[in-house]
Amino acid sequence: MTTLSERILGAPAGQYVDRPVDRAYVHDGTGVLTLEAWRALGGGEIAFPDRDYVLFDHIIPANTSTTADLQHELRTFACGVGMHFSDIGDGICHQLMGEGTALPGEIIVGADSHTCTLGAFGAFATGVGATDMAVIWASGSTWFQVPETIGIFLSGRLTGHTEAKDLALTYVSRLGMDGATYRALEFIGDGTAHLSMDSRMTLCNLAVETGAKTGLCYADAVTATYIQAFGEIVSPQPHPSCRYEQELDFELEDIVPVLAIPPRVDTLLPVSDRCGLPLDQVFIGTCTNGRYEDLSRFASIVRGKKVRVRTIVAPASRTVLEEATRTGILSEILAAGCTVIPPGCGPCLGAHMGVIGEGEVCLSTANRNFRNRMGVGGEIYLSSVSTAAASALAGEIALPGGDE
Amino acid sequence: MRVEGHAVCLPPDIDTDLIIAGRYLRTKDRSIWGTHVFEDLDPSLAGRLHESVIIAGKNFGCGSSREQAAVALKEAGVVCIIAPSFARIFFRNAINRGLPLAQADLSCHEGEQVVIDFSKGTVTVGPLTKEIPPLSPRMLEILADGGLVEHWRKRK
Ligand code: SF4
Repeated sequence: MTTLSERILGAPAGQYVDRPVDRAYVHDGTGVLTLEAWRALGGGEIAFPDRDYVLFDHIIPANTSTTADLQHELRTFACGVGMHFSDIGDGICHQLMGEGTALPGEIIVGADSHTCTLGAFGAFATGVGATDMAVIWASGSTWFQVPETIGIFLSGRLTGHTEAKDLALTYVSRLGMDGATYRALEFIGDGTAHLSMDSRMTLCNLAVETGAKTGLCYADAVTATYIQAFGEIVSPQPHPSCRYEQELDFELEDIVPVLAIPPRVDTLLPVSDRCGLPLDQVFIGTCTNGRYEDLSRFASIVRGKKVRVRTIVAPASRTVLEEATRTGILSEILAAGCTVIPPGCGPCLGAHMGVIGEGEVCLSTANRNFRNRMGVGGEIYLSSVSTAAASALAGEIALPGGDE
Repeated sequence: MRVEGHAVCLPPDIDTDLIIAGRYLRTKDRSIWGTHVFEDLDPSLAGRLHESVIIAGKNFGCGSSREQAAVALKEAGVVCIIAPSFARIFFRNAINRGLPLAQADLSCHEGEQVVIDFSKGTVTVGPLTKEIPPLSPRMLEILADGGLVEHWRKRK
């Protein structure tokens, strides 16, 4: 039987295909270069403006006049040609596309490597560069090589203080930073069925850190219920057993809280091995871990206490922020001494707010700990939200649940 | 198609943040990218890239989708990159920007002259000639036209 990628792309692995895309999106970073490339193509008509999205999330609000000018130009263009436009503060592109827009079975391309996040909905979602995107604006389609698929079998349930993020970092380290290059990952098994959509997005988000084209979960009842809340009716995707190029098994009970050690996402240590490492900053957010589930988990740990290190919290979207306000967890996060910043990427890419200094150590819930990513000479450890929360309270790396 | 240049050796898993850091992305002045390419890896590297062939370890170009990485390398004068494997978005971006890539696992000696012949499917370093897997016909067409923009304009 065919894999989900083969089914959505309609051809066997290895074949090159040209396909119309259902949704195409850029953000304020990649959109500028896309617009430039589109103009170089000769401009003309945008093939399907209603399938194109421009979402501002990377450097918001603008930090310099140059950024402001570039954003002004892109905003004016997007609105002028009738693309969907989302301005500063609405949220991170992948999160927004995951709030009722991305649907099972769709082909989705984004000018950002973490577009694979949307595979959580049973879509074929992958990142492209600016020039590819410019051609998609102009033509509505692009080429793909249908990927081979690595099947990731999850069984059982996560226990104690482990989260989908620990599982995600664990599979990345098992595969390595190029272990799935040109491949797709499919997450299957009863362990997947128990995961919320927020958790599945976290799981698929890290697929690109193995070099994968995308990570996919089959749409099921959990997917349908989630999407129904946004007014769309979808049916589950049946998953017959299919041929995988490689298979990996994970018993979710065996997953423990882990840290990705700088500067590689695939170098892991159990949190217990680094307890006591002093921190200069803790960052909760990003397209990996800035969803409501994450903020709520964070709040439940810091509630009624005070953080001992500067702690930045960035909700992944306005909807997440509004929900956190409505339920009161935002007040708890503020009362614990955290700094809450507008929905968006925040410090993740080291280009504006929350940059770390030379020699500083940040514990972040993001997906990349590359050298200098959050600031020249700084180091980034990656962890789950629970580990980040426990560490924020301790002012040093700490095991989640340790103070109970 | 045939390109040649002097070898510049790089380790495996070079990510796009290392090629061009996030702090330099917000501009349209591409000469900035050429000047600051690899700055966080070795600030002296940018000056040595003119007419160079990068010979790197596996997984070159992993990380973000930023096309500025491919543009920066081209701006700095890199004529080809050889590595055992490339991250896929970077691979597409480089071809789309008219920067050829060759898949091969070579031992690298700084400064040695390297010749890549895409028509014959070979790479030659000093006395040694090695076969490289062919690029798809579409990629060769894009490269021959000088990039995807030029390719598109020609076909339209
Ligand atoms: S949150 Fe970080 S990883 Fe996610 S899209 Fe923004 S910059 Fe990229």
